[in-house]
Amino acid sequence: MEVVSSVRTPLVTGAKTVGDVTQDICVRVEAKPPKTWFLAIAVSLSFLAVGVYTLFFTMWDGIGVWGLNKTVGWAWDITNFVWWVGIGHAGTLISAILLLFRQKWRMSINRAAEAMTIFAVICAALFPLIHMGRLWLGFYWVLPLPNTFGSLWVNFNSPLLWDVFAITTYFTVSLVFWYIGLIPDFATIRDRAKNKISAAIYGTLSFGWTGGAKDWSRYESVSLILAGLATPLVLSVHTIVSFDFATSVIPGWHTTIFPPYFVAGAVFSGFAMVLTLMLITRKVYKLEDYITIQHIENMNIIIIVTGSIVGIAYLTELFMAWYSGVPAEQYAFLNRATGPYWWAYATMMTCNVVSPQLFWFKKIRTSLWATFALSIVVNIGMWFERFVIIVTSLHRDFLPSSWAMFYPTFYDVGDYLFTFGFFFTAFFLFAKFFPVINMAEVKGIIKANTSSNKALK
Amino acid sequence: MTTENKYIVGVYGDDDLVLKAVKNIRAAGIKIHEVFSPFPIHGIDDALGYKRSRLPKAAFMFGALGLTLALTMQFWMMGYDWQMIIGGKNFASLPPFIPVSFELTVLLSALGMVGTFMVASDLKPYRKPKIFDIRITDDKHVIAIDLADNKLNKQEISKIVAQTGAEEVNEKSFE
Repeated sequence: MEVVSSVRTPLVTGAKTVGDVTQDICVRVEAKPPKTWFLAIAVSLSFLAVGVYTLFFTMWDGIGVWGLNKTVGWAWDITNFVWWVGIGHAGTLISAILLLFRQKWRMSINRAAEAMTIFAVICAALFPLIHMGRLWLGFYWVLPLPNTFGSLWVNFNSPLLWDVFAITTYFTVSLVFWYIGLIPDFATIRDRAKNKISAAIYGTLSFGWTGGAKDWSRYESVSLILAGLATPLVLSVHTIVSFDFATSVIPGWHTTIFPPYFVAGAVFSGFAMVLTLMLITRKVYKLEDYITIQHIENMNIIIIVTGSIVGIAYLTELFMAWYSGVPAEQYAFLNRATGPYWWAYATMMTCNVVSPQLFWFKKIRTSLWATFALSIVVNIGMWFERFVIIVTSLHRDFLPSSWAMFYPTFYDVGDYLFTFGFFFTAFFLFAKFFPVINMAEVKGIIKANTSSNKALK
Repeated sequence: MTTENKYIVGVYGDDDLVLKAVKNIRAAGIKIHEVFSPFPIHGIDDALGYKRSRLPKAAFMFGALGLTLALTMQFWMMGYDWQMIIGGKNFASLPPFIPVSFELTVLLSALGMVGTFMVASDLKPYRKPKIFDIRITDDKHVIAIDLADNKLNKQEISKIVAQTGAEEVNEKSFE
């Protein structure tokens, strides 16, 4: 009955048995974390501390503390927003789209990637909420709730409102998808718990899971449908984010290419962030047998593909600007490449178009250090892409008398640091208290390994 | 319940073995209470004679509900309750309502289906699970047979279970 391929490399190395998987993953939740973990969380908490300080004063004094002016009304805030949402995309892509395509290598990375998605979306949602001026009222304003203005409803014609619905739905569905996957693994930790407190906590988190065949059958059905729902959802989210720009009349924003270009860019930066985090997690938690070079190579291949799509999109934009014959459009792109922000454009081009092409070399895409370095380069590039799109399209508008430059202040930088602090703190806490690898799924794919081992014996 | 349920619990170390064992035990005319495993076993639902889950239908119906609610809400708010003049355009037209309608369809479909799953499988934070063997969530597969459901006696069932390749045959009762 069973087919063991002689061509494909095993997804989990080290001749692991099903019991080994439980042991390897659970011991990291149960044991005291390594010293490097404390170091990592200390660094993230110090970022968070700076961020809390600046965020407090951003709230106290208002967003006038940012470097925005009348011409450049969106800058770091919306750049950060789009950047974080983009990063969030990889988690759902890995768990949903790769599930539909039956790519089993997703199984050792989907848990952490989905956690990353959830934390990244929280960071993203923060920026538009801060930009509204009163963070604590943000949700009241954006949702269609009855109010004292004679029920003056939110404007459903506005892409900014579509964004609210897209991001909240995306966050909720990702959270649910992630949690459903966690339930059987929480049950594993519950059944191994040595003390009453952790038995009670993981018992509650596991929702009383027992692993019955009927429950597994429903679980698989739910996973498949959720993947089917999350796939168009993930594509819709960055499409709608791109509508914030594409439906406007600003030269440089008013482009029909934005939806696919933004989605490709999102997957591109998301995979880069997954690689950055997974390489750290793999090292700190010694997960080399579960996250193999094969996994890293596969992710790098996705980076080449999406990076090349992004590169083509950049060139198409330039061509369309020239071909449109609209002087304002042509100037917007000339100004991007040769204006005062030429260095941001050059950084974007180098990091996003040139650097991922290095992954064509097998030596580079299977090298941990090169992958780690390039994953950071890609994320720098993708941040600059959003900065270029937003700031360079705004800073020289239709009236030359109102042309202006944008310079970030300490508070712009600090609020960005806040999200870094939050993101990494949340991720490291996740890595300590939650099973970082989906044990139940990995146990399901390990079978081929063990039976071929048995055959050898 | 006053009568305590007694179960025969067969413990297996391999998923292929469980699948064969389920077929053999059912062929011997014994009714299986449930099979427990650390990961889903393909084909076990057929072997146990379970019907296909109807959760996809629940998902579709919740999605349809979400779509209806989203469209009703938007047309009512924008077209009837508080009309807003925006560039002299129609108060309510379909194209700008598509994104929100799509998102709410997905949201209600996902939440509704997961909610149905939770109710159907009785998963809730304060649930006390019936654990037949503590190693189920680790690396063992378990076939549980309720004695009350079967005519054969304890010894006969245990013998058949042992013949199917079980590593251990235990007895378990819950209060």
